[in-house]
This record gives sequence, structure tokens and C-alpha cells, in this order.
Amino acid sequence: MDFFISQFISGLSMTSILLMISLGLAIIYGTTGVINMAHGEFVMIGAYTSWFLQTTFGMGLLVSIIPIFLITALMGFLIERIVIRHLYNRLLDTILATWGIGVLLQQFIRLTVGSELKYLKIPSFMAESMTLFGQEVSIYRVFIFVFAILTFFVAWFIIFKTSFGIRLRAVTQNKDIASCFGINSGVVYSSTFAFGTGIAAVAGAFIAPLKSISPDMGTNYIIDAFMVVVLGGVESLIGTAASSLIIGETSSFLASFSNDTLAKALVLLMIIIILRIKPQGLFTKRTRS
Amino acid sequence: MSNKKKTKLSVKRRSFLTNTVKAGVFSAAAVSGFPYVWFKQGNAYAAKNEIKVGVLFSLTGGLAIIEESLHKATIMAIEEINAAGGINGMKLRAVEADPASDPATFAAKARTLVIKDKCVTVFGSYTSASRKAVLPVFEKQNNLYFYPTLYEGRECSKNVIYTGAVPNQQQDDFIPYLVKTYGKRWSLIGSNYIYPKEENNYCKILLKKLGCEVLMEEYVPLGHSEFSSVVNKFKNDKPNVIFSTVVGDSVVALHKQYRAAGLNPEKMPMASLTTSENEVAAMGGDAAAGHLTSAPYFMVHQSAENEKFVSSYKKRWGSDKVTHFVSEPAYFGVYLFKQALEKIGKGDITPNTIREAVKGQEMIAPQGKIKIDPATLHTYLWPKIGICKSNGQFDIIQKTDQWRKPIPYAAYPNQTCTEKGLVTS
Repeated sequence: MDFFISQFISGLSMTSILLMISLGLAIIYGTTGVINMAHGEFVMIGAYTSWFLQTTFGMGLLVSIIPIFLITALMGFLIERIVIRHLYNRLLDTILATWGIGVLLQQFIRLTVGSELKYLKIPSFMAESMTLFGQEVSIYRVFIFVFAILTFFVAWFIIFKTSFGIRLRAVTQNKDIASCFGINSGVVYSSTFAFGTGIAAVAGAFIAPLKSISPDMGTNYIIDAFMVVVLGGVESLIGTAASSLIIGETSSFLASFSNDTLAKALVLLMIIIILRIKPQGLFTKRTRS
Repeated sequence: MSNKKKTKLSVKRRSFLTNTVKAGVFSAAAVSGFPYVWFKQGNAYAAKNEIKVGVLFSLTGGLAIIEESLHKATIMAIEEINAAGGINGMKLRAVEADPASDPATFAAKARTLVIKDKCVTVFGSYTSASRKAVLPVFEKQNNLYFYPTLYEGRECSKNVIYTGAVPNQQQDDFIPYLVKTYGKRWSLIGSNYIYPKEENNYCKILLKKLGCEVLMEEYVPLGHSEFSSVVNKFKNDKPNVIFSTVVGDSVVALHKQYRAAGLNPEKMPMASLTTSENEVAAMGGDAAAGHLTSAPYFMVHQSAENEKFVSSYKKRWGSDKVTHFVSEPAYFGVYLFKQALEKIGKGDITPNTIREAVKGQEMIAPQGKIKIDPATLHTYLWPKIGICKSNGQFDIIQKTDQWRKPIPYAAYPNQTCTEKGLVTS
């Protein structure tokens, strides 16, 4: 029973990490229809920004969330304005362009910071473990879980409860008609891209202390992020959360009964079977189109 | 219209063909004839008082994390040798190639270095995958390859000089020490590829002899960074020792998550063959403290040669840089090469003569006095056991009293590597 509980908690922790890294991807794809291959690199840039702020200005992780979000959101905004903007509705071109941006960002970090692994520490008051349901659990993992839920609700609030969210949803449903009603779809797109980038970067900054920081760390995360988004259905925030939970818990329990290598393969197999039955993912909006 | 074009093209093709043949004859003459006229030594490998050696480490891609430091150590040794006057009055020239962490590119670049650049020897690579990829090139061209990494053994090539450790060298002292100090219940965790599996094969043989129990043997995908399930199994099984052959950035994630989960290294240490100062710097001293590593070299090892190595390395590449148990063999490998050439002296410099000259060669490396085993072309080394401290350096708690002979087929008693190749009994 103890083992079951600890494995369930591990699953929740994996869920929160998956949710954080895939949220930005889901928002950008859901709104603009751009398959952002540079998403993993945005996560990586977040980790490096956090490392930079920590080593240069001695900023702690919590204090640096806002600067990280702002710096990377600005970066996302510029990328949208300079590159992505010209490629909407050209799926293959956006894949290629964002892939290229990812490669550029990786090499930029390699040339400026160097390719060796970097060290980012867990804030000291969260470095220990605590007892939760009779299990020793890392405080930092609990913190990531709480923060992921928080980020999810902030995103949900912005999309469903603000006037910007109304415009965003209008553009998502039908860009041309939304434009007829006086909504500037360009502004909506670039701010969405900026927002998605910022969330990805903050995710990177939070996950890095638990893992490692290297210029190519993004390539691992982008696969996970795509699995979550594809399984959950691309236009649904709830879908993203639900599929994070499904993938997180399934991986955790499969890994406990077998091992991580097999678990990874089985989870992929499960996703392929589900997509065979529901090609649009688990959560789809019903539309007339 | 199309007819016209065709005729034109065929004329061109013919003239092109004749030209090619002419050029071919000419260049064949150049290859066989000119060097003898131009260079008094008559030696294609040591032209213009220069000996070309290849340096083949990834500076881009995932492996750059570690291979950059091997590149730096190799280049530094070459620079030092040149600054001290070269070898027999000839300078070494490093031909650098970046294989971008990709085994296929490793093979392609190795071929270029050997065939086009005519390097007499190549220093390179970190992973077994890239060594296996370049091996056919060196065997077919009968060239020489210096490989600096500790690896899984089970290889017997007359075209590779192995300056890193094989399983018996790292484990023969380490495993008994751990059993005596911590206990007999063991868990094995590794990355999912050949190196960890072969190390574990040998480890299990030793554990069986010592009457130990293996609670778990698991492999995670390369680049894996989510260890909560693995850590839960540690908590559940409560092993006395966790034998870890996890490599690369996964090591960093494993240590950090072990620490965050509140496990205690004093009761359940991770014993590793792959955690060096390099990885420790990336995980932070807190996460590394109390865990053990067995290796022939640690940065803190006290010897005049090591002091010189560490201070020159920092001076050349930056004061925050660390030396470790793969960069040290990369460094002394170049000096072994130098000694071999000095032994050859005025004789013919070819991969064959260098191989013969390097056999039995001894030198004082930063880790101690090492020697190339003539039969296996592996190296006699000085394994040490280090325990990590929170400042990111190791405390050496045990040293072997004599150098350890390399036995590349230690886990396979019916196979022996000899000068004539692999012998199966």
C-alpha cells in the first residue's frame, strides 16, 4: 500500500512537470495553429536565464520568475513578429522555420555560455523532504505541483475570464469573422506566442534544479510535450491537463512494475492506440466545420 | 532541340572523361613519385618536418558536454610538446574535426583524417558507440586510434590504444571495499546501452563470489531525467549499496532527485564508475556528497605530475575548469605517442611502427606510473576509490598498492586478448 501511494505521488509529480512543459505548446498550437518545434528550446532558454540570473545577480528562483517570464515573452514576441507572422497557414514552413529557430537558439547558448552542464540549485528551504500521507516526499516536487496547478488556472483565467481571452477564442474559432468585428488578430497572435513562450521558459527554470541544464536539454522535453498535446486534443486546456495526468500516472505505475525503458515504450504504444481510435485526441470541441 | 543538346553534352562528357584519366595518371604519379624526390625522409606521414595527428572530439551536439574537455586536454598536450621543441625536431600538427556527436559522422570524419589528411594517428571519441563506428576505418586502413575513455572491455583490436580503464581495473578493489563497508544487499541501476550492461555483468560475477544479493537490476533510457520511480524502488528495497552506471546528464538528475527525496548516502550510497568532477560540478556538491566513485584518476590526486597538469589546464582553458578521469588519459595518450616516436627515432614513421614502439611503453602520468600492455594495447592503471565531499571534490579513501593489469575479457574467462588477436579456448 505504501508503495502504491508513493508511486501515485510520483505520478502526480510527473504530471505537474508534463503539464508545465506542454501548456505553452498547447496554447500556441491551439490558437495560432503553429507547430512550434522550438518549444523545447524555449524551455532550455528559461533554464539558462534562471542560471544566468542566479550566478550573475544572485537572484533566487522565486524572485526571478517574473524577470524570466518577461525576458522570454519578449523573445517570443519578437520571434513571432519577425518570422512566424509571415508563415501562418503554411504548416510545413512553420515547422521548418521553428525547427531552425530551435537550432539557432541551441548554438547561440553553446557559443556564448559553453556546452558543459550547468548547475542550478534548489532553493535551500525546499531542498529537504517532508512527510505526506506517510511518505517522504521532496518539498521541491510538491512546490512544482502547486505551481503547475497555479499556472494552469492563470492560463484558464486569462483565456476564459478576460476580454483578451474572449478575443483570443474568437480568433481561434474564425480569424476572418473575428477581424470583421474589429479584433486585431495580429496582436492576439503575437501576444499568445509571447505568453506561450514565457510559460515554457518558466517551466524550464523550475524543472532545471531537479534535472540538468545543457544546450540540448530541450529535445527531451519537446517529445513529452507533443505526446501530451496530441493525446489531449490540441484545442483543449482541460485535455492538456487530463492527458498529463494520464501519461504521468501510467508512466509511474508501469515503471514501478517493470522499468523506465519499457514504461516509455508502452506509454507511446498506448498513445498510438488511442489516436487510432480518436485521431483528434481525447478532448475535442464539436464544431460544424 | 533536345537532340542538339545531347550531342553537345556527349562531347563534353568525352572530353571530361579524357581529362579525368589524364588527371588520374598525373596524380598517381604524384602520390608514388614526388614525395621521394621532395622529402629526404621518404616518409609521407612526416612531411615538411611536421607530423599530422587527427583530433576527433565532438564540439557540437549532446556529447560536446564531455568531449569538449577531452579535446582541450589533447590539444594542450600537443601544444606542450611543440613548445618543448617537438619530437625529434618535428612539430606535431593537430588536424581537428568535429563529428557533432553522431556515430556516422564520426566514421566519415575519421575516414577523412586518415585517407585525405594522412594523419598517422587519431586521438578521439568518448562513447563506445562512436568507437565502434570508427573502428572499421582504422582496421581497414591499418591506422592507429588512441581512445581515452574507461569502457566495457570485450574488444581486442591492434588498431586501438586504450588508455582508459576496463571493468576489472575499476571494480576489483571497489566491489569488495563496498561489500565490507556497507553490506551485501545491492541494487544495480544503469543507462540502457552496452557499457552499463557489461559493467554489471562483471559486477554480478564479483558479487556472487562475495555472497551478495542483487535486489534490482534496471536500465533507464539514455538522456532519461525522471527518476522518481527508481528512487521509490530504492526506498522500498533499502539496498546497502546502489551500483550506478548511469551516464551523462542522467547522472546529474539521479543524484539531485535522490537528494531531494531525502535518502541518506551514509546508509545507502551510490557507487559509480562514471561520476567524475565534471558531473559533480553540474549537480552541486550537496547532491554529490557521500557518494563514491572508483577511477584511476581524481583531480585531487597528489603528485608533481598532476599538479602540473591541473595548473596548466586551468591556465590554458580557464580557472573554473576541472580535470577528470577521462581528460587525464586523453592528455597522457599524446605523451605516449611522443615516446613511441622518440623510440622510432630516424626510422620510418607509420602506424605500424608506432604501434610496435608504443607496446610496453611506460611513463609517469598524473595518476602514477602507467604502462601499455603489449598483448592487449590496454593500459596498466592505478585505480583509486574516492568519496565525494560537498565542495565538489573527492577524498581519496583507498589506493591500490600496485598497478592493475588490464583484462578486457575479464567477464568472459574462455576468451583472452593476445598480440595475435582474440583467442577463444
